[in-house]
Amino acid sequence: MKKVLAILSFPCMKTLFCVVVVTASQVSYANDRFITLQSTTSTANSGLYTAILPAFREETGITVNVVPVGTGQAIKNAENGDGDVVLVHAREAEEKFIEDGFGVERFDVMYNDFILVGPGSDPAGIVGSDSASMALHKISVSGSIFVSRGDDSGTHKKEKRLWDDSNIDPISDSGRWYRETGSGMGATLNAAVGMNAYTLTDRGTWISFSNKQNLELLYQGDDALFNQYGVILVNPERHPHVKQQEAQIFIDWVLGKNGQQAISSYMLDGQQLFFPNAK
Amino acid sequence: MQDILQSLLLAANLVLSGDSDLFEIIGLSLRVSLSAVIYSIFLGLPLGSLIAVGNFRGRQALMIVLNALMGLPPVVVGLVVYLFLSRSGPLGWMELLYTPTAMIIAQVILITPIVAALSQEILSQLFEEYDEQFRSLNVPRWVAVRALLWDARFNLVTVGLAGFGRAVAEVGAVMIVGGNIDHLTRVMTTAIALETSKGNLALALALGLILITISLLVNAGLFLVKTRSQKQKFG
Repeated sequence: MKKVLAILSFPCMKTLFCVVVVTASQVSYANDRFITLQSTTSTANSGLYTAILPAFREETGITVNVVPVGTGQAIKNAENGDGDVVLVHAREAEEKFIEDGFGVERFDVMYNDFILVGPGSDPAGIVGSDSASMALHKISVSGSIFVSRGDDSGTHKKEKRLWDDSNIDPISDSGRWYRETGSGMGATLNAAVGMNAYTLTDRGTWISFSNKQNLELLYQGDDALFNQYGVILVNPERHPHVKQQEAQIFIDWVLGKNGQQAISSYMLDGQQLFFPNAK
Repeated sequence: MQDILQSLLLAANLVLSGDSDLFEIIGLSLRVSLSAVIYSIFLGLPLGSLIAVGNFRGRQALMIVLNALMGLPPVVVGLVVYLFLSRSGPLGWMELLYTPTAMIIAQVILITPIVAALSQEILSQLFEEYDEQFRSLNVPRWVAVRALLWDARFNLVTVGLAGFGRAVAEVGAVMIVGGNIDHLTRVMTTAIALETSKGNLALALALGLILITISLLVNAGLFLVKTRSQKQKFG
């Protein structure tokens, strides 16, 4: 203790101490009513939340703090109680989340679709394939590079299912033509650009992505590429601190007329990114 | 090359147009990292002094551990802090996850070893120089520490700068514990990561240039303070 006091007796230390008190007191929150939304990089990177959340805040006075991570991590964070609402796109994982008692109920919010993008020269010849899994099959046979998210995100889960459908196990070639980045959609698209490779992406991120270079949309339209987003309230019985009231207001809004309208009116480059389909 | 030119123009444009989002992010970056440096000085300087002048068992071991901890990977620190601050973690009740405070905590853990190890290095050298005098005057240990800290104060500023540099540049820890939430926990580095992932490479690089400039200004400012007071001291 003596030593601490000795150090504090320095004039400069006294100034430092004041600064500490000041910085510490600055740590407060601009808004009292807020909820934490665990969501995906695809929705956040595409600019959707920046477009629709201000309207929600104006209507309700509630700030939504969006944590943009992959679906896998979003669900994991919510299981730990680090969020009030989850808005993700991996139906099976969402249903398991509820089954395990972490979520209350799942509602469809909106959809768009996944697409296959790749080098404009299309060395694997996937343009005009009969199905998405056929296109993947062609990529693996041609030995062209395919970049995978490899991060347990919704997009990654979808990709794995498509590989299953094509009866190919790309993991055995991981590091060769099959390359897992283990990062978000945007970072993976950047990697695909850098390697002139194929990858699976959601349409929203693709439209809003500004570093396309040689990459082009090569395959779309298979029903298997449907991309449904769901919203779930984190179970207050499991995590009593969940802001049930505010979270429910948000869920009601995003499923209601105003929220659905806000989603459908979000356009980029003249294209609609997400299609509302709440029941 | 064209990208870099474009980024320079974009950076100048962002700063000159007084983009409010940009200044909010810069403000938060500075607030978080400067706070982290100050807390780290409070923790690291006493620890460094203790090791420098102390004569206790395990001193050498402590030194080695501190030196090793200087290389703590930010992403691991972020993960550990997340596990503690998460609602399911032991400190979850404090509701600190996804706040600037959580980011400060992570950065303090990252840079305290740097402050402690570097200040110990400086103070040890000085202590060796002064040791005989201290002995002949029979100076109590805490007075000796005071004298050492005072005489080393200019070099200790550099220690603080090293800590600040590390704090303001890291992205791994603040991304995990802050969550990169717009208008709440988004700082320069996480904004750069975000813009890169959106494919806005020019904007990302522009933000990077601004970050480097800020770092330069902070260093230049402290350098001026340092030389001016040195002049006062030595005439």
